[in-house]
Amino acid sequence: MLEIRNLHASVTGNEILHGVDLNVKAGEVHAIMGPNGSGKSTLAGVLAGREAYEVTEGQVRYNGKDLLEMDPETRAREGLFLAFQYPVEIPGVSNTYFLKAALNAIRTHNGLEPLDAMEFLSLVKDKIKLVDMPGDLLNRSVNEGFSGGEKKRNEIFQMAVLEPKLAILDETDSGLDIDALRIVADGVNKLRSKDNATVVVTHYQRLLNYIVPDYVHVLVDGKIVKSGGKDLALLLEERGYDWVREELEVGA
Amino acid sequence: MSDNELHVLASYKSSFDRLEQSLNGEAASQLHTLRRRALTALEEKGFPTTKEEEWRFTNVAPIAAKSFVPVLHYSHEGVTRADAAKSLLSDPEAVQMVFINGHFSSELSSASIADGKVRVTNLATAFRTEFESVSRHLGKYVRHDENAFTAMNTAFVLDGAYVFVADNAQIEAPIHFLFIAAGNKSVMAAPRNLIIAGKNSKVSIIETYVGLTATPYLSNTVTEFVVGENARVEHDRLQDEHRDAFHISTVHFQQSTNSNVVSNAINLGGSIARNGITSVLAGEGIETTLNGLSLGTGTQHIDNHTTIDHAKPHCASHEIYKAVLDGKSRGVFNGKIFVRKDAQKTDAKQTNKTLLLSDEATIDTKPQLEIFADDVKCTHGATVGYLDDEQMFYLRSRGVGFEQARDILTFAFAIDVINRVHVDALRNRLEAMIHERLQEGRQLEK
Repeated sequence: MLEIRNLHASVTGNEILHGVDLNVKAGEVHAIMGPNGSGKSTLAGVLAGREAYEVTEGQVRYNGKDLLEMDPETRAREGLFLAFQYPVEIPGVSNTYFLKAALNAIRTHNGLEPLDAMEFLSLVKDKIKLVDMPGDLLNRSVNEGFSGGEKKRNEIFQMAVLEPKLAILDETDSGLDIDALRIVADGVNKLRSKDNATVVVTHYQRLLNYIVPDYVHVLVDGKIVKSGGKDLALLLEERGYDWVREELEVGA
Repeated sequence: MSDNELHVLASYKSSFDRLEQSLNGEAASQLHTLRRRALTALEEKGFPTTKEEEWRFTNVAPIAAKSFVPVLHYSHEGVTRADAAKSLLSDPEAVQMVFINGHFSSELSSASIADGKVRVTNLATAFRTEFESVSRHLGKYVRHDENAFTAMNTAFVLDGAYVFVADNAQIEAPIHFLFIAAGNKSVMAAPRNLIIAGKNSKVSIIETYVGLTATPYLSNTVTEFVVGENARVEHDRLQDEHRDAFHISTVHFQQSTNSNVVSNAINLGGSIARNGITSVLAGEGIETTLNGLSLGTGTQHIDNHTTIDHAKPHCASHEIYKAVLDGKSRGVFNGKIFVRKDAQKTDAKQTNKTLLLSDEATIDTKPQLEIFADDVKCTHGATVGYLDDEQMFYLRSRGVGFEQARDILTFAFAIDVINRVHVDALRNRLEAMIHERLQEGRQLEK
């Protein structure tokens, strides 16, 4: 589904990613772990099409297409979804209005009829149960005045409605208490299927107790330096990222 | 004054002479004395220039260069009921009166109302039937010599809207005055409106200005509100003139103790539009709210000058003016707040926010607070910005296209002001209009 080859990316002239390689197939869950500043969020941002990042080398194929050629909305319409680390507040735009516009743009792109207001409402009522979100948040402005936990749940709720093929969760666990974490993780797990894939970007192993990955990759200084199964996450939790660094230095 | 300006002023003088001849016996009346004084003021002052502080950002030379023809008599100019209906409210309860080039059109209006609670009619009729009330208030708040435009409006006072709400009368149905500019002459439409709200009364007044002609014209309007003790007045003003037209307006609220005024001023049209809105808080416990929204595209110039005059203690004023400017349009906001020496415990808040949709659009914003009392709370803030990149990316990352994302964010910025309009039929109409105009604007700027 996703093939990243030798990806180099810069922000304002500073190279952050120094050659990332990653393969994600349908049905898989990958975790990308790494210390602060290792380039995790940059990688997520590059995949979603953030303009601030400049790709200087390498390529990204997504379902056989050149992902980097697409603008952000086309990526979303092709089934890519980024759950933001810091969901953006948009005063004056209601959550439902925004989500209906998004869903219908995606449906139209994929040759489906747009949903009318009634159809959309019944879909939303169904999906909102998944994240245990109070219904009144739907009619409020997007993320405005939401608590940290509500914002993250709103991300997963949007994901549930938009049904992406590839979901990238960028530090979705940050700032969540354990109950909220569980709700968010439950939501993600319920959305898992053999046809879609999830990339979980996180600093801490904690989230991976709830969203169990098939593969764990360690990103350090803009490169994936180690990959393994779910046990790698536990090892990292136990020994810390310095252990990976030391191992690297020994290897060199 | 330039030769051309002298020539223009002479043409207004000769229109005035024609008016005078048609008056016969009335030429000696008190009202006509006011007209004459206004003409003299016009001749003496001439048109304002950008050298004057009040007009620094708005150059009215294109208006001063042209002799617009004051309209002395009603003519329907071919405007049909269907034409008018497009700009009327779809509220069967609303009282709606139509004016063409400043003169009342009985053929296009619903019947005027005169009962114990409220009288809604045109000023020309009120001169005869409500002479005492008209002469007590007309021209007492907006000075005829304030500037060339108030002088011209006053010199040619002939018709306009007149409302008298009796003490304790609560009028739920909105009263809507639709001013249509029409015909193939470059006219000056100068409606003069007088609204008197009695003690403990409640009323909603709407003014709409539209143009059905591409011939450049000048709408030069004055509206005076006399707001009685504990009265509640909402005033919604929609300026949607033709894009080649000039629109100059002066609105004044004279507020008594414990009264409450909400003014919503929406500006969409005109090539040069300048609005002066003044609230005088001449009693205690008064609340005044001035809201504004302007949308500019192309080379439109939209200027809002507001003045809130806190003369007495324990009053509050709230003000939010927003503008969305695209293309090479230019906005001006000048917000004066006076807090006089007596006006202790004043609570005044002013906000001006501008969203620029293009690099070539500009805004001049100037808060002007003059505070002479020491125990007051006054705040003001102005922000000018482009669409937020993070918000744009968030919307797009969910599949919403660039243009739709831009429209959604712009609409959200603007609609906040429209939501403050309490008249349902008008609010719904404005919402649809703003939506449509933003899309048209985008097409226009492509």
